[in-house]
Amino acid sequence: MTIKDIGAIVGVGHTDFYKRGQSGDQTELELMLKATMVALDDSGLTPQDIDGFSFYASGFDAGLLATALGIKELRYSTIMSGGGGGSQGTIANAVAAIQAGYAEVILCTKALKSGGDTGRRIGRMGAEPRTGRVGAGAADWDFYHNFGLTSPGQSFALMARQHMHKFGTTSEQFGAVAVSTRFHASRNPNAIHQMPITIEDHQNSRMIADPLHLLDYCLETDGGTAVIVTSAERAKDLKAKPVYVGGAAMGGPGPFGQGIFYLQMPDDIFHWSGHKPVADRVYAMAGVGPQDIDVAEMYDHFTPLVIMQLEEYGFCKPGEGGAFVEDGGLRFDTGRLPVNTHGGNLSEVYLLGLTHTIEAVRQLRGTASSQVKDAEVALVTSGPGILPTSAIILHN
Amino acid sequence: MTISQEHYLPESVVAIFPDQYSREYWDRIARGELAFQRCAQCKTFRHPPGPMCPKCSSFEAEWHTVEGKGTIYSWEIVTLALNDALADYVPYNVVLVEFPDAPGVRLVTNCIDASKEQLSVGMPVEVIYQKYSKATLPRVRKA
Ligand SMILES: [Zn+2]
Repeated sequence: MTIKDIGAIVGVGHTDFYKRGQSGDQTELELMLKATMVALDDSGLTPQDIDGFSFYASGFDAGLLATALGIKELRYSTIMSGGGGGSQGTIANAVAAIQAGYAEVILCTKALKSGGDTGRRIGRMGAEPRTGRVGAGAADWDFYHNFGLTSPGQSFALMARQHMHKFGTTSEQFGAVAVSTRFHASRNPNAIHQMPITIEDHQNSRMIADPLHLLDYCLETDGGTAVIVTSAERAKDLKAKPVYVGGAAMGGPGPFGQGIFYLQMPDDIFHWSGHKPVADRVYAMAGVGPQDIDVAEMYDHFTPLVIMQLEEYGFCKPGEGGAFVEDGGLRFDTGRLPVNTHGGNLSEVYLLGLTHTIEAVRQLRGTASSQVKDAEVALVTSGPGILPTSAIILHN
Repeated sequence: MTISQEHYLPESVVAIFPDQYSREYWDRIARGELAFQRCAQCKTFRHPPGPMCPKCSSFEAEWHTVEGKGTIYSWEIVTLALNDALADYVPYNVVLVEFPDAPGVRLVTNCIDASKEQLSVGMPVEVIYQKYSKATLPRVRKA
C-alpha cells in the first residue's frame, strides 16, 4: 500500500515576498497566517475545516497556530526533522495522515524572516561566535568552525569543487542555471529579482566562496507560504481544480548524513545532492520516469545542486548535468527540461521549499507565469544537503 | 612535530568545546600528534569522533596516530568573511584532506602556504600545528 493518488493539493497561497528585513514588523506567525488565508481562499475552505498540520524546518508551535487560526479541533500534527529538505515531505506526511484517518484537511506551511524574529541569518549559520556546547554532536563544530568553515555556502563550495574535478563541470555551467532561472523570474511579477542576467553577469558577480559566485547563491528573503492538502475524494467537490499527489518519498543515503556539515560522505556520493534513493522511490511510487516529467521544480539554494539533482533524477547521466543546463537547457519554452519556472530560490524568493510546490500546482492548473504547454506531470524536490530530503510527483 | 605560534586565522575565532568523544583528539593535537578515532573491533575510522561504530556497532574505540602526510580532496577560497573577526583574513582557503593511513577520514583545515593557483585536488600536503591561547589546531602545508 502506498499513498499514490490518495491525496490532492486543493489550495496554495503566499504573502508578498520581501527582501531580507523588509517585511516590517510582521512576525513569522503573521506571515504564516496570511499565506494560509490565501491558500484557504484558493480552496474554498475555511480555518474551521483544517484539522491537521504538517511542518518542517523550524519555527512552529502547533498550539499557537491552532489558536491563532481559530480551528475547531486539531486531530493531527507532525514535523519533519532537518531543514528545507523536509518541504515536500510535509505533503507526503499530510497524505499519509489522511490515508491513516488521522485528519482530513491538512495545512502545510512555512514562513521565514531571514533577518529573523530572532535576528538569525540562515546564510551565516555557524558564523556566530560560539559559547559552548548545546546538544549531541555540538562538539563536531570544533572541527569546522576553527578553520573558517562557517556557512552552508562554504560547505557546498567544497562539494561543487568535487563535481568540477570529477566531471569537468564549469563555473559557466553553474551560471547557466542562474541565467535560466532569472529568465523565468523576469516573467514572474512576484519575483524579487526580475532583471535578466547573462553568463557574463554571473562570471562578473562577486566571488563569495570560490568556486561559487554571488549569483550561484539563493536569496535571503522574508515571506510566508501555505499548501492545503485533503483526500482525493473530498478534493472533487472543492473550488480549485485538484492536483493529485502521485508519489512521494523522503530520506536519502545513510552515509550522506549531515552532508554539508559533515563532509565525510563516501567518495562515490560526495558529488551528490543526496537525492538518488529518493528519486528512485518517488518515481516507483508514481509509476513514472524522468521521461514523463513535464516540468521540474528543484530546490535551488545553490546552482551546483540543481546540476547534481538533474543527474540523480535521471534527466541526464551522472556527470552530464553541466552540459544539460547549457544554452538555456532549463528554459520553460525552448529548454531540454523546464526547471524552476517561477524563478526558484535563486531569483523569486527563498522560503525553504513550498514556493516550488506552489509553482508546480500553478503549472498543472495552467496558470503559471511561464506556463509549460500542456503540463500534466510535475516533479518537486526539496533541499539537498542533509538528511532527510524529500520529493513529490504531482499530476492533474 | 613542530608547534608554531604563527596563525593562519585569528586568535579570536578559535575555541574548542570538547566532549567525552573528542577530548582525546584535541589533547593529542595539543601535543603535536594527529590521531583519529577508530573502532577497536573492526578498525573502521570515524571522524568526527562519536560513541559507536557505524559499521559493526561496537562501542569500543581506540586512537590511531597518523603520519600527517595526505592529499587534498577538495578546496575553496573564501572571499566573503561571514564573521567580522575574519574580515581582514579573506581571501583564505578551506581544504579537505585525506590521509592514506586513515581511510574514510576527511579533515577540514587550511593550507597555510598555497595560493589559489597552486591548490588542486590530489595535491600532497603535510600537517603542521599552530598554537593558540585556547587550543592548538592542525593545519597543512605543501609537501
Ligand atoms: Zn567497528
